[in-house]
Amino acid sequence: MGIRYLPRYSASERTNHWLIVLFFTVAALSGLAFFHPSLFFLSAFVGGGTWARILHPFMGLLMSLCFLVMFVRLWRHNVITAADREWLKHSAQMLRGDKSGMPPAGRYNGGQKQVFWVMAVSLAVLVVTGFMFWQPWFANAFPILLRRIAVLLHALSATVLVLSVIVHVYAAIWVKGTIRAMTRGTVTEGWARQNHPLWHREMTGKQ
Amino acid sequence: MSSLQSLDIAKRSATTTPSTQARKTIEVAKLIDVSSCIGCKACQVACMQWNDLRDEVGENHGTYDNPRDLSAQSWTVMRYSEVEVEKDKLEWLIRKDGCMHCDDPGCLKSCPAPGAIVKYTNGIVDFISEHCVGCGNCVTGCPFDVPRISKVDSKAYKCSLCSDRVGVGLEPACAKACPTGAIRFGTKEDMLDFGAERVTDLKERGYANAGVYDPAGVGGTHVVYVLQHADKPELYHGLPADPKISPLVSLWKGVAKPLAVAAMIGAAVAGFFHYTRVGPIESKDETPDSEPAEKV
Repeated sequence: MGIRYLPRYSASERTNHWLIVLFFTVAALSGLAFFHPSLFFLSAFVGGGTWARILHPFMGLLMSLCFLVMFVRLWRHNVITAADREWLKHSAQMLRGDKSGMPPAGRYNGGQKQVFWVMAVSLAVLVVTGFMFWQPWFANAFPILLRRIAVLLHALSATVLVLSVIVHVYAAIWVKGTIRAMTRGTVTEGWARQNHPLWHREMTGKQ
Repeated sequence: MSSLQSLDIAKRSATTTPSTQARKTIEVAKLIDVSSCIGCKACQVACMQWNDLRDEVGENHGTYDNPRDLSAQSWTVMRYSEVEVEKDKLEWLIRKDGCMHCDDPGCLKSCPAPGAIVKYTNGIVDFISEHCVGCGNCVTGCPFDVPRISKVDSKAYKCSLCSDRVGVGLEPACAKACPTGAIRFGTKEDMLDFGAERVTDLKERGYANAGVYDPAGVGGTHVVYVLQHADKPELYHGLPADPKISPLVSLWKGVAKPLAVAAMIGAAVAGFFHYTRVGPIESKDETPDSEPAEKV
């Protein structure tokens, strides 16, 4: 008996996702190098401190542009509804390993939607504040007080973004069968039935 | 450039371990007596000459300020302020602007590149250009708006207090060139003593609010001014009355960063332990060939 697969992401959606991963990785390595002295060694991965400073804003911008494409495609699927709030209320139970009480989720569950919006907002803040102290082109156009605020907000939203990426990656590892959605574009029917029953019904017409 | 030995480094940017402590040196200071300055700019010329700097020729803006601002090539500039402290009594206040060599340097605190900014045991704050990455954080960290990023090489520049000269027992080039003795150099203690004498003189001459500018908010500075109107330092081209490292900088560089790093590492570690304690969520048709092991 074969396994039925359901399409979840097209080839271009997958490519876009992995481009974001690529740009995020370089932006994160170069950004974290300046985040705390204990992480400065990460600049070695991008060719040293000066290269980290040069590359970081471009990588961040490329990541944000790719994310924008994803955002336009997916935001409608990520509007948080009353059912999602109910799901989120039960999420602590799920984390303890008991998923029996979880309300049925659609294409995305409440947690995924939250991660989506947290990433979108923190990226927007990163882009806006990043321009304010982008040496050597844009920084001098902004007063020093504004640059101080920008540096602080940039680091704060970077922390939020990195934390949400950790949650995002862990969730993909934790829920088995998820990663193939982004590597192959499909998920198994069993995965869909269990983790996203409303989406499963929508895709197959089955109860 | 690093003009003193590594033994003489008291503080190093983006470094969490202590610097060398064995050798103690005397703290130095440059005293700039604004009341004796005639605005001749010999100090600017001496600075250019000693440090081999040549700024581009600028334009006349109708003031004596030339060049108009500090730059990667101009580490000190004279600021000319025409003020009426008392009505109908014009005063021309001329302040030699440049790095103040703070005891608690905001540039050093905000710098993310290990060893790009150092404070020597004698109090001089120096930029070690080979370690500078050109991020511009020193500009936002400085309470006096002193560092400048070069448009040519994207490195930060500022007055080094001629650390190379001081390292071999000479005074800074500007102090050497000053024809009126308005710039003096010596131990910080001596300079404060001399400054106090000047203040007494000035008070006798009617400047009731004369005083020494050695702001405590940055731990004191290794460039100190004698001001005729020490109660209003802003008169001197906006010299800040109570400079300190912005709380935006100290909050972030102080408590927030280690907490944020701990949160990130903590989240990754928590994920690992969650997986090993609770285990993954699996769905039924996931592994058809190798069915989950039968319960025993």
